[in-house]
Amino acid sequence: MTGVRVSMTVNGVEYTRDVEPRTLLVYFLREHLGLTGTHVGCDTSTCGACTVLMDGKAVKSCTVLAVQAEGARITTVEGLARDGELHPIQQAFWDEHGLQCGFCTPGMMLAAVDLLQRNPNPTEDEIRHALEGNLCRCTGYQHIVNAVKAAARAMGAAVGAPAGGE
Amino acid sequence: MIPATFEYVRARSVREAISLLQQHGGRAKLLAGGHSLLPLMKLRLSQPEMLIDLGPVDELRGIREEGGSLVIGALTTHDEVANSPLVRERVPLLAECASQIGDVQVRNRGTIGGNLAHADPAADYPAAVLALEAQMECEGPAGIRTVPASQWFVDLLTTALGPDEVLCRLRVPVQTLGQGWSYTKLPHPASGYSLLGVACLVTVDGGVCRDARVAVTGAGPKAVRLAKVEQALVGGRLDEAAVAEAARLASDGLEATDDLYASAEYKRHLAVVYTKRALLRAVERARG
Ligand SMILES: Cc1cc2nc3c(=O)[nH]c(=O)nc-3n(C[C@H](O)[C@H](O)[C@H](O)COP(=O)(O)OP(=O)(O)OC[C@H]3O[C@@H](n4cnc5c(N)ncnc54)[C@H](O)[C@@H]3O)c2cc1C
Ligand code: FES
Ligand code: FES
Repeated sequence: MTGVRVSMTVNGVEYTRDVEPRTLLVYFLREHLGLTGTHVGCDTSTCGACTVLMDGKAVKSCTVLAVQAEGARITTVEGLARDGELHPIQQAFWDEHGLQCGFCTPGMMLAAVDLLQRNPNPTEDEIRHALEGNLCRCTGYQHIVNAVKAAARAMGAAVGAPAGGE
Repeated sequence: MIPATFEYVRARSVREAISLLQQHGGRAKLLAGGHSLLPLMKLRLSQPEMLIDLGPVDELRGIREEGGSLVIGALTTHDEVANSPLVRERVPLLAECASQIGDVQVRNRGTIGGNLAHADPAADYPAAVLALEAQMECEGPAGIRTVPASQWFVDLLTTALGPDEVLCRLRVPVQTLGQGWSYTKLPHPASGYSLLGVACLVTVDGGVCRDARVAVTGAGPKAVRLAKVEQALVGGRLDEAAVAEAARLASDGLEATDDLYASAEYKRHLAVVYTKRALLRAVERARG
């Protein structure tokens, strides 16, 4: 099987690799780049644990081929913090107990970042709607919703702070 | 799960995609958003030997208005359709349908062309394009041809698209004043696909229904128009009793199939319930 060359920017760093075409983006991130913060929770494109931002939009990286990300900007959970300081969404998940085992958390946070970029001040209904593609086995969701609300408040307070990672 | 091996090529134009399809015959498949194809390949239910990625083909993108229709490129994502000011203003039924597909992540990747070419029996767009009487524009070795939505859906996962053809864009007549619309569905709680979905457009003039188009997806092998419901509505006043009476005909002769989640009988029941809900919402909007 011949490799295909792919270049993409992940968390602000440009990478070029030769990959088998069948390599899923999530395995490219985890196994080729060693960024294991992005998780795999299902075989059916349902759970959202693998969510990353692709050109600023939340996508399930288990259902994107690495070669389809040619030229794209990818943000994973590793790219959220800046200079040792947690991103407001990370801080809010911490403060509001938005996780228990943490398996779903990277995907939840990136889906929440997509939401807050589009809608900086979402209602509870809008938050629940935006997280429909992310399943959590532990929390019962209420604390996750609270965390997204808290992040929205924090980001609204930080004037001009960009919502996106990278 | 990882797909079986395949060769991968990026098409740079529709012409190039067509010639690649001709060269590789049935071994190759087009790839758009990958949100129907890749899940099937991961489960090895589909094992194409080659994928032709339409991703770089810019001529398949974009939404514009032209001669009373919106022209929507096949690679337009569900998210773009749902949030496009042009679609929301001119064809709000289509925007409402797109906004209810799957979840945010699916809408960010899945494309309208891929959805219509795949023709999943539980997909949402098929009902909307039937009610809107959209036209699919395909290009193949013999040139461009246009297929009306009424002839597009042939059977389960089967459309009128020829083997070496690319679905390039659709033309959707803009909705007119006095037309009420609704897309109303019962989503499967895990996937978001429709257990049953109903698209409708009703034109009301002086309190009387002049035109009604109702289409259902999710019940059987393909989406269909509900002609009996439509006939019962046209010419009458659309009060709640009349709508309920007409909606009762939704299950009359409707082909429904048992699946893992719902029996055929339950789906026929849902067809009546959701037809009524969709129509009542459309009538409310027609009143403005
Ligand atoms: C978790 C999940 C939930 C979903 N929920 C819903 C839902 O609620 N409602 C719904 O309607 N859909 C749903 N979908 C399906 C989704 O909408 C898909 O995006 C869509 O059906 C296929 O579009 P695609 O661009 O991803 O196509 P692909 O998967 O890339 O392609 C699908 C098929 O169409 C062919 N094809 C693609 N583009 C073209 C073209 N331009 N010309 C000719 N052939 C082409 C391909 O060869 C392939 O056979 C869901 C998918 C997932 C993974
Ligand atoms: S691992 Fe991607 S959706 Fe579950
Ligand atoms: S915190 Fe355990 S799956 Fe969500």
